[in-house]
Amino acid sequence: MTRSQSATMTDSEDPILSVRDLQTVFYTDNETVRAVDSISFDVGRGETVGIVGESGSGKSVTARSIMGLIESPGKVLPESSISFAGRELTDLSAEQYQSVRGSGIGMVFQDPQQSLNPVYTVGNQIRESLKINRDITGEEAVEEAMRLLQAVGIPDAKRRLDEYPNQFSGGMRQRAVIAMMLACDPDFLICDEPTTALDVTIQAQILDLLKELQEERGLSILFITHDMGVIADIADRVNVMYAGQIVEKAAVEDLFSNPQHPYTKALLRSIPGEHSRADGLETIEGQVPTPNEPADHCRFAPRCPKSFGACDKVPPQHVSVGDSEGHTASCLLYPDDQSETARVETHIEKESERTEEQP
Amino acid sequence: MSNTLEQSPPTEESETLIEVEGLKKYYGGEGMFSDPPVKAVDGVSFEIKRGETLGLVGESGCGKSTLGRTLLALEIATEGSIIYDGTDITGLSGTELKEWRKNAQMVFQDPESSLNDRMTVGEIIREPLDAHSWKTMTDRRERVLDLLSAVGLPDKHYFRYPHQFSGGQRQRIGIARALALEPDFLVLDEPVSALDVSVQAKIIRLLEDLQEDFNLTYLLIAHDLSVVRYISDRVAVMYLGKIMEKGETEEVFSNASNPYTQSLLSAIPEPDPSAASQRITLSGTPPSPSDAPAGCNLSTRCPAKIRPEAYADADRDLWQAIERFREVVRERARVALSLGDRVRRRFNRFDRFDDIEDSRADTFDGVEVPERVDQQIETAVEMVKRGEPMEAQQHLYTEFASVCDHERPEMHEVSVSGRQSYCHRHTDEYEDVEPVISRRADNE
Repeated sequence: MTRSQSATMTDSEDPILSVRDLQTVFYTDNETVRAVDSISFDVGRGETVGIVGESGSGKSVTARSIMGLIESPGKVLPESSISFAGRELTDLSAEQYQSVRGSGIGMVFQDPQQSLNPVYTVGNQIRESLKINRDITGEEAVEEAMRLLQAVGIPDAKRRLDEYPNQFSGGMRQRAVIAMMLACDPDFLICDEPTTALDVTIQAQILDLLKELQEERGLSILFITHDMGVIADIADRVNVMYAGQIVEKAAVEDLFSNPQHPYTKALLRSIPGEHSRADGLETIEGQVPTPNEPADHCRFAPRCPKSFGACDKVPPQHVSVGDSEGHTASCLLYPDDQSETARVETHIEKESERTEEQP
Repeated sequence: MSNTLEQSPPTEESETLIEVEGLKKYYGGEGMFSDPPVKAVDGVSFEIKRGETLGLVGESGCGKSTLGRTLLALEIATEGSIIYDGTDITGLSGTELKEWRKNAQMVFQDPESSLNDRMTVGEIIREPLDAHSWKTMTDRRERVLDLLSAVGLPDKHYFRYPHQFSGGQRQRIGIARALALEPDFLVLDEPVSALDVSVQAKIIRLLEDLQEDFNLTYLLIAHDLSVVRYISDRVAVMYLGKIMEKGETEEVFSNASNPYTQSLLSAIPEPDPSAASQRITLSGTPPSPSDAPAGCNLSTRCPAKIRPEAYADADRDLWQAIERFREVVRERARVALSLGDRVRRRFNRFDRFDDIEDSRADTFDGVEVPERVDQQIETAVEMVKRGEPMEAQQHLYTEFASVCDHERPEMHEVSVSGRQSYCHRHTDEYEDVEPVISRRADNE
């Protein structure tokens, strides 16, 4: 029900977040690491968009780039565009960014322990956030902080306000962090592996909470995880990342029922899940490469069972795949109704179009 | 590969390799005035057959790692026995223990911290051989090279350092080290949870191959249920120091009897968005192992908890609110009062807990509360305000507690294959778990 709702909402309105050609690079002494290499995606209002990938695929750098948290030696290249609610974020000064972070975008990190200051009470930290971002102080702030803790499902909220983070359990801490985020009354939440450090039963509680909050407050969520199960549970649309690039985009149902990119297929098959032991577990040979050279080829090619000659020379572009609208993959095997040469031609053409568009 | 690494023939033709009976591991609590002990493992019994994999699952803090360590005599058992191939290892010490340890090794969770960065890979794998003065130096070197190839690493890695390897490769080094002394039994403590799925699959495969080649017996400790399902022959599910259910893997996963197992399984997000998830959410967080409930361990969170007679027909929302309120009071009872608080309480000046009214209002918000319940709650609230949350807890207990709160269940056999589950509902006296859970879920 939330899914169909959000689908219609995205049709009628502009997306709340629109990322175009985002490139984040890290300069080191001997190489340039293209941690995020020309990715584009949208997040519609009230929608949950997932980014899934293995470690080193660039998903967290994407989140940090949006939040303006990239520090030297990292840099968001000037061709990149991040537009939030119609406002271009890449041009903002540090102070201006601060106001966006305070009131527009909230972020929940993986480890709640590190997002909370151990020497202040939880109530203190929520009140601080209320003071800075919404200018609420005194008795009113205490009331509001209590309401927020109740909203994230912490029982006996008033007493909990006077406790320190170490007196909270892991799940409670993550709830408290979410309450702190809500204190800034954001429209958009970036969740970077918010449940990875938690047990499954607690993870289930937090996922339910996020869905509830989304419904109540009309939040848009960018959800980053490595866990395909969590993505299936929470996301409306999914972007699969590999070595700094998005290799496949699809509505969540399509991605799981009809994956197209060889990497997505292999990734889904390597989850133990329901496989019986007799079938054996599929593995992907080799390792995720460090994206330290320009993307003039397919980065998955060396590990791809279906790669052919052109894969090492032509950078694949996103083309429509599958049967549903909005399902794209960047792979030279598609569009699959064309011959091999025609497919390669299509990708070369698309690439030159894309580079011409850029200023 | 199996030519070079010969396995010693089984010393005894017994089916069971390890038999654990009533094992307990408590920390602290010995002194007269000390706090109650942390009951990390609180009376577990199970057996592991030769050549099989027993999966041990549970949430963090349930005692599964402590159990694994106690099995390897890395922790001294507080009570109970561990019979390994006919010997009770809880009684071993000194040279006997060292000799025995050759049989049983461990693979650790974090490949980053379980390898010494200042030693080469060769030295790391050779260390157990050195420690046990195994044969000659040349033999040891040979052995290490064999082990490297057994875990799929080339010989040239002998002289490299751990930091030059990826997580998956480091885990291979850890496995090679564990295999060095030709053990029969390995405790795998979360061997793949620090790895990415695609790497994880390779390590799982390696573990399977090694088990077959060397006839190894595994205890696999993991919180990732899909991994456990894939690799284990039998599974034991732990919660707060107790085994809640144990049996054949497929049976436990497809036809769980215990309310905890059912909730745990339903909480795993499936990589399939179309799967109709009937999620049974466990409320709250697990209690501290030093303050476990007197009755069933799960009684504070159980989705199928037996209600007392008088409230058998109570509204679901009302009952949940009551349970939540009991949790609030229980938490308050754990708050240590300062000396000043005690003095104030003595003179009826105590007001630190007056905010219990807020919590009460919040808990029972939108719930119709019958008079009888309201009176009990009122009495409890007054007690808390007076600074006597313990008494309030006791008061609520008398009124609302059921058999789950005051009696420990027993292990009941629940299937022909010998699967066992720890729950009161398996007796004839009470309704079975399944219908209760689905009925309570339907009411939602």
